[in-house]
Amino acid sequence: MVTQAGPPDPAGGPSTSRRRRRLRSRPAVRDLLDEALAGVAARPTRLILTTLGTVLGVAALVGTVGLGQTAAGQITQRFDLAAATRVVVQPDDKGGQEGEAATQLPWDAPDRIKRLNGVEAVGTVSNLEIGDDLVQNVTGLDNGAGKALQVMAGSAGLWDAVRATLQTGRFFDQGHDQRADKVVVLGKHAAERLGINRVDSQPAVFIGDEPYTVIGILESVSGRAELNDAVIMPNGAARTAYDLESPDAVEIRTAVGAAQLIAEQAPIAIEPNNPSTLRVDAPPKQGAVRKGVESDLNALFLLLGAVALLVGGLGIANVTLLSVLERTSEIGLRRALGAARRHIAVQFLVESVIVGFLGGLLGTAVGVILTVSVSWIRDWTPILDNRLAFGSPLLGAFIGLVAGTYPAWKASAIQPITALRGT
Amino acid sequence: MTATAVALPAPVVEMIGVRRFFEGPPEVRAINGVDLTIGQGEYLSIVGPSGSGKSTLLHLLGLLDNPTGGVYRLDGVDTMSLRERRRAVLRGERIGFVFQSFHLLDHRTVLENVALSMVYVGVPRRERLARARVALERVGLSHRMDFAPTTLSGGERQRVAIARALVAEPSLLLADEPTGNLDSANAEAILQVFDELHSEGMTLAVITHDAQVSRRAQRQVRIVDGTLQW
Repeated sequence: MVTQAGPPDPAGGPSTSRRRRRLRSRPAVRDLLDEALAGVAARPTRLILTTLGTVLGVAALVGTVGLGQTAAGQITQRFDLAAATRVVVQPDDKGGQEGEAATQLPWDAPDRIKRLNGVEAVGTVSNLEIGDDLVQNVTGLDNGAGKALQVMAGSAGLWDAVRATLQTGRFFDQGHDQRADKVVVLGKHAAERLGINRVDSQPAVFIGDEPYTVIGILESVSGRAELNDAVIMPNGAARTAYDLESPDAVEIRTAVGAAQLIAEQAPIAIEPNNPSTLRVDAPPKQGAVRKGVESDLNALFLLLGAVALLVGGLGIANVTLLSVLERTSEIGLRRALGAARRHIAVQFLVESVIVGFLGGLLGTAVGVILTVSVSWIRDWTPILDNRLAFGSPLLGAFIGLVAGTYPAWKASAIQPITALRGT
Repeated sequence: MTATAVALPAPVVEMIGVRRFFEGPPEVRAINGVDLTIGQGEYLSIVGPSGSGKSTLLHLLGLLDNPTGGVYRLDGVDTMSLRERRRAVLRGERIGFVFQSFHLLDHRTVLENVALSMVYVGVPRRERLARARVALERVGLSHRMDFAPTTLSGGERQRVAIARALVAEPSLLLADEPTGNLDSANAEAILQVFDELHSEGMTLAVITHDAQVSRRAQRQVRIVDGTLQW
């Protein structure tokens, strides 16, 4: 139609004013956005207060889900590291009918296993029959504790295989083993019962009448929990003092993911002629149990977040409605300036979406910081679903959209007459 | 329809038997059979005591309200048959409003306030700002463009409002008690602006209860009990 060249005189009179005869209203989308942005930015304090609900809601959602995932991941991780890499080989009690010899583990089993690719550490462990011997501390006072204590024997490689950590002192090594030194390492609870908490003074415990020097106290072990309640001596000493004929079991720690393979190979490596006489305990494949636990946790957290978001949405709806009532004269003015109802509706809707989006953005940031901080304090690995981090601001915008619908409709229904009449 | 309107020197406003009743009870006949023609370049004042139907007539003239019956043509366009959206467009393009209480947006600058009246007409942003500057220069406020309206005097605010009404090049400038909130000196300044606009060919309709203001117009009509008296 008629084009305009340059800015015409705004008061050019009827002849110029009659050039534009469009009857279609065309405010650019960009202009409507600008108006909405200006409307939001005009009241910064209110903006902050309005977004607060969404910020808290989204932060709660992101934080709880993030922490839920992190915690679940942590459980999984421990589960994986402790159990998923543990393989135990022992003689099969039910099988092995052919003879006693076939069901005994050879002393060199650890050396044979160590050669397998994927084995990180390996060691033997045995329970010792000590008959009527008591385990007593150096005071010789029998407080009844000694009877409950198990005496065990292990190879030097056992410690690494069961991920043992020390409270104090040291583990016994191959030297102790070969020399049949009379030394022991105490399990955590065993040490408590014996009243021994330091080893720098070289305390001794008596097993029967024989003194053994305590060289270390365990802090933790994984898998073979009975070590905590035991007094453990090197195989060499056990063979000398108690005629230990063969190890009870071989503890193997594999590389992550190698357990299944090692479980197949280990019996053949130890007993090539008769592998079926050995029983292998290997971790199951990644179970459905874990998944179930995770989804339960997440469902609960999601519910919490949803409730917080509902509150946030109501907050936006409330404040936007208030803002509509407050800005009736502005609405009337815009209508007088040629805004159709839908332009008013769109403006308030966009304002509410912007508020929601800002709240979502801020809330996501807070939630991520929360997750990372807690993980940092607890020394966890923070785990956060990318979809959650990127989707949450959009969720905030969506909440703004839903929350703004009624106020926007309300705003568009305001009659310009009523709005302009007031002073 | 529009083509003939351009060809003929049609009056800007043509009201025939316009009525506006508000449903009761009791039914209020705010405007009861008004015939009014405002020619191009005319400066008309509508006076009347409060409750006479002044405001209602203003809203009908400004397409802010729908008549109950009658015929209203604006620039030759029959407004009675228009849907609400088209009425909004017509309103934005053809009518400039000046209100008693200014109705400026406090949190926007003077320049933005003036430019706002071209947003819904679809004028591009750069052109809006350029035209707003020219309009503000016309009302003598080029030194206040980046100020907030709240820092201006009442007279200055009303001049901003006039600039806003003019910048979209309306066919009709509708003023509702434009001097109602102003002292006599500021009121006089506003009336002088109106005089200038009139001399430049702008069509003006001023609604007031103030005889001083009314007297400045080229033609005066009285409204009493919803009907016009000449």
